[in-house]
Parts: sequence; C-alpha cells; structure tokens
Amino acid sequence: MSIIDVTNLTKYYGKSRGIVDVSFQVEEGEIFGFIGPNGAGKSTTIRLLLSLIHPTSGSARVFDLDVVTQGPEIRRNIGYLPSEVYYYEGMKVIDLLRYSASFFPGDFTKRMHELSEIMELELNRRISDLSYGNKKKVGIVQGLLHSPRLLFLDEPTAGLDPLMQRKFFNLIREENARGVTVFFSSHILGEVQRLCTRVGIIREGRMAEISDIRSLQQNNYKKVRVMAEGLDADLFQIPGVTNIQVEDGSLNFFFKGDINLVLQKIGGMRVEDVTIEEPTLEEIFMHYYE
Amino acid sequence: MNTNIFRHELRSRFKSVMVWSLAVLLLVVLFFGFFQGFADEADLMNQMLEKFPREMRAAFGLDNLDLASVLGFYGFIFIFVQLCLAIQAGNYGFGLVSIEESELTADFLLTKPVSRTAVMTSKLVAAVTGLILTNLVLWVGSFLAITGFRGEREYELKTLILILVSGFLFQMFFLGVGLLISLLVKRVRSVTPYGLGLGFGMYVLSAFSGMFSDVKLEILTPFKHFDPGYIIQNNAFDAPLVMLSVGVAIISIALSYWLYNRRDVPAVS
Repeated sequence: MSIIDVTNLTKYYGKSRGIVDVSFQVEEGEIFGFIGPNGAGKSTTIRLLLSLIHPTSGSARVFDLDVVTQGPEIRRNIGYLPSEVYYYEGMKVIDLLRYSASFFPGDFTKRMHELSEIMELELNRRISDLSYGNKKKVGIVQGLLHSPRLLFLDEPTAGLDPLMQRKFFNLIREENARGVTVFFSSHILGEVQRLCTRVGIIREGRMAEISDIRSLQQNNYKKVRVMAEGLDADLFQIPGVTNIQVEDGSLNFFFKGDINLVLQKIGGMRVEDVTIEEPTLEEIFMHYYE
Repeated sequence: MNTNIFRHELRSRFKSVMVWSLAVLLLVVLFFGFFQGFADEADLMNQMLEKFPREMRAAFGLDNLDLASVLGFYGFIFIFVQLCLAIQAGNYGFGLVSIEESELTADFLLTKPVSRTAVMTSKLVAAVTGLILTNLVLWVGSFLAITGFRGEREYELKTLILILVSGFLFQMFFLGVGLLISLLVKRVRSVTPYGLGLGFGMYVLSAFSGMFSDVKLEILTPFKHFDPGYIIQNNAFDAPLVMLSVGVAIISIALSYWLYNRRDVPAVS
C-alpha cells in the first residue's frame, strides 16, 4: 500500500487549469520531492490531498483513504506547512500551538518546548509581532507538533535564514528516520537534491517525469564541456545530444546514451580541456522546461 | 461539534458581544427614560405627529404605535434595537466562515482532523451563544427600564415577552442569510459593509413598505415579519410571516452547510 496514491487527478478552477491528469505514488518512509516552477500546480496538488479543494476528476488516496470522503480521518496523521503562513494575529505563539495541538489526542507540551528550542522560537510573543521568518518557524513547530505520519511541506524554506534551513532539514531527516513520510514541494532544486530520494517534476499542470533522484542525475544525462579551437556545433550533432551551446571557445551540451560515441568524436580533435560531469538537478530541470 | 473551535470562537467574539450588548442596553434604558415626559405630553405629541404625512409616520413605524402607552413607546424603541440586532447577527453570519478565509487562517483550521460540518456547527453554536447573551442583556435591560420608568402606567407582560422573543428569531434570519451570502460570493474581504448593507437594506425596505402599503415588500423583510406594532396590536405574532422568516433562516443554514462542504478554499497567494 502506498502512503499517497494519486490517479489521473485533475483540477480546473472554472476554466483555468490547476493540474491535469496527474498520477503518482509515494511510498511509506520516503522523502518525495515535488518540483516545478511557480504556477505549475504544486500547491494545487497538495491542497487536493488535504481536501482543501475538491478534484474535478480523478481520485487521490492517502493512507488508503479517499481524500474527498475521508478527509478528517486522513488529517489525523498529517502535518502541513503551507508556503505562506498566516495565523490568528491576536494570539500568542504558545496559545496558537496549544490550539493546534488540541485537535489531536495526547499531550504535546514537552514536544512543543523541544521543537521551539531547536527552532529558536519565542513562545510568549504575539503572532502579530512576528517577522515572516518567525511565523514560518511557528508553522514548522505547528506542523511537527503532533508527530504526524505524513508531512506536507509546501516551499518550506522561504523566509528562513541558512542556519535555520539547516536545522529544519535536520529535523526533517530525523522525522524521516523515525519512519515519517515527507512530501516536499519546492522550486529550489538544491534543497530537493539534498533531501529527497525520489522526485516528481510537474510542469504546466502535468507530471513531466517521476524518477529516482540518482537515476535522474546519473543514468540519464551527462554534461559535457569541450574547449578547443575552431569548434563547430555541427560536429556534435549526433543522436542523444541536446542543448548545444557555444560560448567563447567552449562547447556545452547534454548527452544521453553511450558515452563512447562522444569520446570518439572528441578523440579525433585537438582539445584544450574536456569535462564530463553529472548535471545538477537545476540543469536537468531546465532541460525539462524547454 | 468540536469544543476547541467553539471555545476559540467564543473567545474571539467576546468583545464584539459585549459591545453590542452594551449598545442595546444603553439604547433601551436611555431612550425609555424619556417615556414619562412623552406620555405626559401625549396629546401634544400626537397632534404634532398628525401634522406629518401618514407615509412619513409609517416609514418610522409610528402609524400603529401609541407613544403614550408603555408598549407603544417600547415598540418604537424596539425598531432601533432591531436595527442593532440585525447588524450584529448579519456580521456574525457574514463573518462566520469567511473570516478564516479573509484572514488567511482557513488553511490552518481546515487541515485539522475535523470535518467542515463540525467546523461550521461549532462556529454556529458559538455565534448563537453570543447572540443569546446579547438577547439576555436586552431582556434584563428592558424589564429594568420598563419597571423603573413606566410610572403608573400598566402594560401586558405577555406582549412584552413576545416582542423580546421576536428579537432572537429576527437575528436567526440575518445570521442565516448572511452566512449563505458569504458562501455564494467568491471572497468576503470585509464583513462590516455586508452586515451594514443587509441590516439597513432590510430596514429601508420595511420603511418603504410602510409608505406604500399596497406594495407587498413586507414579504421580503424581517422588519415587517416581526413588526412590533403588529405584535402589540394583536398580542400575537403574524404567524405566516414569522414562519417565513424562520423558514428562510433554516433553509439558508442548511444550504450553507452544503455549500461549505463543497467549497474550494482559495489559496493564499
């Protein structure tokens, strides 16, 4: 049984597209990265899984429960950190956290203090007095407080300074080590690369690719850079080469296939320098968007 | 019904309930304090009023109220009390669930393990509790004011109780209709204009309906359904119209539940 099982999920807001025909699974215990630029449908997908909005067609199950009809049961085991955090302005942080915890069975006072200490969150301040980054911390503590089995993180790092980001990532890794499944949505690829085991790439409302983060980097593409005099882009017009770019004396391209083909080409030339490396996720990502 | 939400709602509404309760209390007590003076000069008063056109008197609900009697005078005040009650209940209705969306806290609340039905029920019960508190203050204030200022004049207790009961039913109409409208529009940015609009709008309709008595505007507005003048004259509710009001309130709330369960909560950005 997958923790999240999405089948042909489609959402239109009136006539404008949310997501179209999205299908994927997330297995228990993994950190699933969900990447795409703004407006691609990341938040729409998460909001559908949280039953904040209703699908136009298709279905989604979380913990093998239907999101449309069994939302409250699903949400017993979910923690959610929205991309924009807003809370009741008049409340104190501690009252908000208590209010949040009161929806779940158990006593979370100890955990509340632990998490707040890690995130350096002052509990006695008013929500309205908090900076954006501090509100984000409230969101993090609030989302983790009740020890959920599944975490939805929607662009979680915006507004956190690098130090806090690191602490936050450590927290997520600890949770994950305890068996918590994480659904991590982001448009910053570096952080997805650091944290996730598998990624889904969404563009213009459709799933472009779902793959293991390693195979995405290793097996698929190589980034090749050749420096030589009198370079001609046409020389490398062989199957498997994409994204050829010439810039001051160097030739850059992506290659997918038998690397020997490229080596043979290069072997026949007098080059100044050659690098063949794994592309960053960023570059793979750009590739999907062309 | 979720007691956490109920308590949270009650706490966040407390100040508003106090302010509205104080407003109706002052309105009744201060206004009724003038009763003796009015009653003693009743003839003069009635002469003066007769100089106004009938339509004008009707617009203020004075055509079927005798300001020289305890309940006649109280009924005249009660029209303004009704206006307050309408705006209060309208505000609560419009804001009931829309406030979570306009203050962007809907994501927080609705990702908790509670059904939308439970959210709405808890909020409704809290709002109605607030309205009941205001009504209690109104009851106490009215009894005190009448006992304190009525002098030697007698009045029918049953009729007074009928008027006071009408206040609560009257509020249910505005609560229900406000809630329904808030779920029919895409986004309620600010509650007050809607609440004032609904309250005053219905009041003006009622005033017009008084001016052109042949026009059946009275069907639309609860100010007519619960006309204190009618209650005093007949010592009873205008049953069909009261049923209409109550019916509209019940249907509005039922529809609101249905709409809220199907609602797409708008994203923040």
